Parts: sequence; C-alpha cells; structure tokens
Amino acid sequence: MLSPAQKLAPELLSKPTFAPTRDGFGRGLLELGEKDPRVVALCADLSESTRMLAFKEKYPERFIQVGVAEQNLATIASGLANYGKIPFIASYAAFSPGRNNEQIRTTISLNNVPVKIVGSHAGLSVGPDGATHQALEDIALMRVQPNMTVISPCDAEEARKATLAAAAHPGPVYIRLAREKTPVITTPDTPFQIGKAMELWQGTNPQVAVFVTGPLAHNALLAAQALASEISVTVINLHTIKPLDEAAVVSFAKQAGAVVTVEEHQVAGGLGSAVAEVLAQNYSVPMEFIGVHDRFGQSGGGAELWREYKLDVESIQAAIRTVFARKLT
Amino acid sequence: MVLTEGKVKELERTAEAIRETIIEMLMAAGSGHTAGPLGMADIFTAFYFHILRQDPKHPDWEERDRLFLSNGHIVPVRYAAMAHAGYFPIEECLTLRKFGSRLQGHPERMRLPGLESTSGPLGSGLSQAAGYAYGARMDNKNFRVYCIMSDGEQDAGNIWEAAMFAGNNKLSNLTAVMDRNNIQIDGMTEHVMPLENVRAKYEAFNWHVIEVDGHNMREFINAVEQAKAIFERPTLILAHTIPGKGIKEIEFDYTWHGKPPTQEEGQKFLKELRTLKGAITSEHE
Repeated sequence: MLSPAQKLAPELLSKPTFAPTRDGFGRGLLELGEKDPRVVALCADLSESTRMLAFKEKYPERFIQVGVAEQNLATIASGLANYGKIPFIASYAAFSPGRNNEQIRTTISLNNVPVKIVGSHAGLSVGPDGATHQALEDIALMRVQPNMTVISPCDAEEARKATLAAAAHPGPVYIRLAREKTPVITTPDTPFQIGKAMELWQGTNPQVAVFVTGPLAHNALLAAQALASEISVTVINLHTIKPLDEAAVVSFAKQAGAVVTVEEHQVAGGLGSAVAEVLAQNYSVPMEFIGVHDRFGQSGGGAELWREYKLDVESIQAAIRTVFARKLT
Repeated sequence: MVLTEGKVKELERTAEAIRETIIEMLMAAGSGHTAGPLGMADIFTAFYFHILRQDPKHPDWEERDRLFLSNGHIVPVRYAAMAHAGYFPIEECLTLRKFGSRLQGHPERMRLPGLESTSGPLGSGLSQAAGYAYGARMDNKNFRVYCIMSDGEQDAGNIWEAAMFAGNNKLSNLTAVMDRNNIQIDGMTEHVMPLENVRAKYEAFNWHVIEVDGHNMREFINAVEQAKAIFERPTLILAHTIPGKGIKEIEFDYTWHGKPPTQEEGQKFLKELRTLKGAITSEHE
C-alpha cells in the first residue's frame, strides 16, 4: 500500500495528474526569487524550455543570458558564486553537465562554490529529439565529483522542493529534470530532505525492495501494486543519489533480501551502481537493474521508448519476479 | 600612488628577487614551468607591490581588488610575489608541489587564502573573472577585478565565450591581461594555432585594448590606470613579454615552457640573476 506517512497525492495510481519535473523547478525558482536576493539565474539560450522564463520576466536584473555557450554558463556561474551569489544554471543535461563537464569539475566542484546545475530533458523521454538530446550519463558524471550533491526528483512537486533545498544547501548541487509530463506523486505536505530516502509503497512483509529515482517512480509503484497478491514489494524513492542514504538502503535490503533498482539512465554509473556499491560493502543481496544497458537512445515517443528500453511497468514487474526467484534459489 | 623613478627601480629589483625565488622553487620542486613565471615576474610585481588594493595579512578583506590567474601553470610567480608581499613566509615557497603543501602545482582557492580561484585547465579563467565582476557590479562594489591569462589559451573556445560575454555586458570593472609571449607547449603560438590579429578580435567584441611592453613597469602600470578610466567596456592589456625573461640562454625558447631547471642549471641561472641584480643596483647608485 501507499505509505501514509508521505502524504502522497490522492488517486495517484488510478487517476494521476500530470506535470513535467521542469515545471516544478520553474515554480521553485520563482519562489526563491522572492525569498533570497542572492539567487540569480543563468541560461544558455533555453530559458523557456528549462522553465526559467517566469523568473526572467519577474526578475530581469537577476537573469543572465550567456547564449549557446555551456562552458561559459558553468564558469560565469562559478565566478558569481565565488563572489557571493547563488546561481542556478539551466540547460539540457546533454549539454550541461554534458559538454561543460571539465568546467564543472574544476571551477565548481574543486573550487567548491555553490552553483546549482539544472539539467533538463534528461532521459529517453525527451523522445523525438533522439539520442543527441537524451542524456543517459549525467548522474554518473555528477556523482563522481567530490563536493557535488546529486538530486533526481520523482515529480514536479518534488522538483520544486529540491530547488528550494538546493538553494539552502551550502555546496554545488546537480538537479536532474525531464521534459515530459509525468504523474504527480507527492504533495506540498510530503516531506523532503536532501539525502533522505523516502518509502513510497510499503509491503506487509517485504520480499523485494525496489529503489527508484526520477519519474519512473510511478512505474515502480504500478508494478508493486500489480504484484501485490504475488510478491510483497517495498518501493523506495531515492531522490538524492549523492549523498546516498546508505543506512536506509542497507536496512531496506536486509528487510527484503532482494533488490531491484530503477532509473532512466545508463545502468553503468547511475543509481543502480550507487546502490550496488553500498550493498556490496555492507549486505550483499541478489540485484536486478532496470535502466539503459550500454545503448544510446533514439527518436520515438516517450512511452514507446520506455518499452523498447525495458523501463516500463511490465519490465519492472519481470525484474521483481526474477530477483525474487534468485533469492529463493 | 605616484610612480617615482625610485619606485620604478624598487619594483624592478623586487621583480629580480621574485625571479630568484621562482628558480629556487622550481629547483626544489623538481617539476613545473619556468618560461611563463619568469616572463610574468614584472607584471606580478607591479600588481602585488603597486597596483592591488590589498591587505596581505587579511586576504579575505571585502574591499580588496581581485586578481584571477587563468593559466594556473604559471602560479610559481604568483606564489613568489605573494610571499614577498607578506601573504606567507618566503621559506614556504620551497614546499611548491610537495605533499601537504598549500602551494599546489596548480592553484587551489580552498587551500591558500588570496588565490581567488582554482585554475589550471586552460581557457576558463576569464569567464570566472567576468562572472565575479558581473556579481560585484550588481551590488555596486567598487573594487577592480583583474584576470591574467596566456596567449596559448586563446585557442580555447571558452575564452571567446567569455570575451563576448564581458563585452556584451560592458564589464568596465574587469581588466584582463594577456601574457603575449608567443609560446605554448608544442611550439610558437603562431605555428600551433595562429591568433592572427588578437587585438582586433577583442576590439570587435567591444573591448578596449592597450598594448604594452610587459617588462616596462611604468608602461604597464599606466595601462592599468588608463583601464580604470574606460567606461562601458572591459579592457584588455596585451602585454608583450619574453618567455624566460632574465635568463639569457632560455629567453624565447619554447622548450622551457613546461620544465624546471636541473640543479646545475638552476645554480647557473641564480648566478646570472644575482649578477644582473648587482648591475642594476650599481647603476642606480
């Protein structure tokens, strides 16, 4: 059943409302504009699609356009943060942190300045734009950098909260967003804390723990619901991939004895890897990985691509069954 | 501050002392870059002993001028100048590149107060300085932001993104200094990747450009003063310098870009520098 403590959206499984995570970021940024005069927003010619537009219109003196220049986006922001501002930089994840990775490494992470990097249009769900624009490696790029915090919100509301939390966090932060509308899972009353795992679905006597990040959380919930009479499943939202809530990961894995990880990202280096690193050191259990297996994306509809790359509800169900069977043998 | 003849002579002597320290540092480190630091000794001396509004005992002083170094590999000259200016003991210079030292091979802001930024990978310092200058202008701060960069790193696209940004935003509180020494690791800049008319390029992006002899104290300091009077535009001081300046046998030799002197070479270079200093002093007297 859905975890009552999380005050999740009513009817989120039967009749969900839809919004893209990037919208939540846009709302959060606007709130920050009011709250904190140090917050500035920088964009590389994508202010509408990254949802910076409302901030730009309300606070033009705090909006900085750098043009199609993602390396400059990161380094100008580094200077602003070094001076004392709290810069949010937004582009597509394929370009930032894709194209400007070294600038982020040297001038933001090593320099340890509080730039908030917002990578939109991450994952296959970008759809028709194709492989060039479908970032599937950004979590890996960001989580290997010391000082960096990595957040991948599950819905628009969580993205709003992550934006507010990122501004209050003293160091650099990466927030991963998606273009497509996805079900809204959480509410303004749902607790959110950087680095804190969140149980979304409780199994009565859990036999498999599903760790998920990003909007695929909804697919994981549907899979858990569909299997309810067959296998008892816990679904845990790991919105913060770094620092990972290691205690929670170990505890849920111990409780269930088998783990599935779910992410819209390369399996190499993403959430699955992060969870596997923790469990290999602390409590080894059978694991299955839902994610992209060393392939690039391609053009198509979001749902269609999720099916092709086995990120859909049925594939998650199959992975749960497989790992459950492995546990018993 | 009035720049008397006596002051100029004093700055020149300080620059020679800094060159000696650079050679001693590189000998102790056993690795590092020689040509660039020697070539920029005069300009760093001008900054740390005349131009910068600073307090070496309080490197975080709010109102200080900010000096960014984009081509981090020439940082020995900065460390040496900072030590001579009183930021830290000169003896600490000999810890350059050693385990546990605050004087990392490439500068790290978080390790040594007063460095302003972390740099080394080329091409990204100008935009960091521009971002800093932009933020300071938003808050009406009146300190100056300086950025020293190399000519070799003009190959990097990020530099031109920054040049466009600073010109477009009329960052007149920003003064960049380009060390135009015509060398980079693989050879002469005009052989590796010609910069063509680099002055015209910056002017096309709305920069005010001043060309100077980077070893002429008075000329350089005057250019910095002139930049303060230029409104609505950032200024680039195109400083023509001699790589390896001060050691005759390595001047203009690009092979000295990225290597330190051996102990034997170092002793010879130190002797040459000390003799030269003697000559300047006796001439002055």
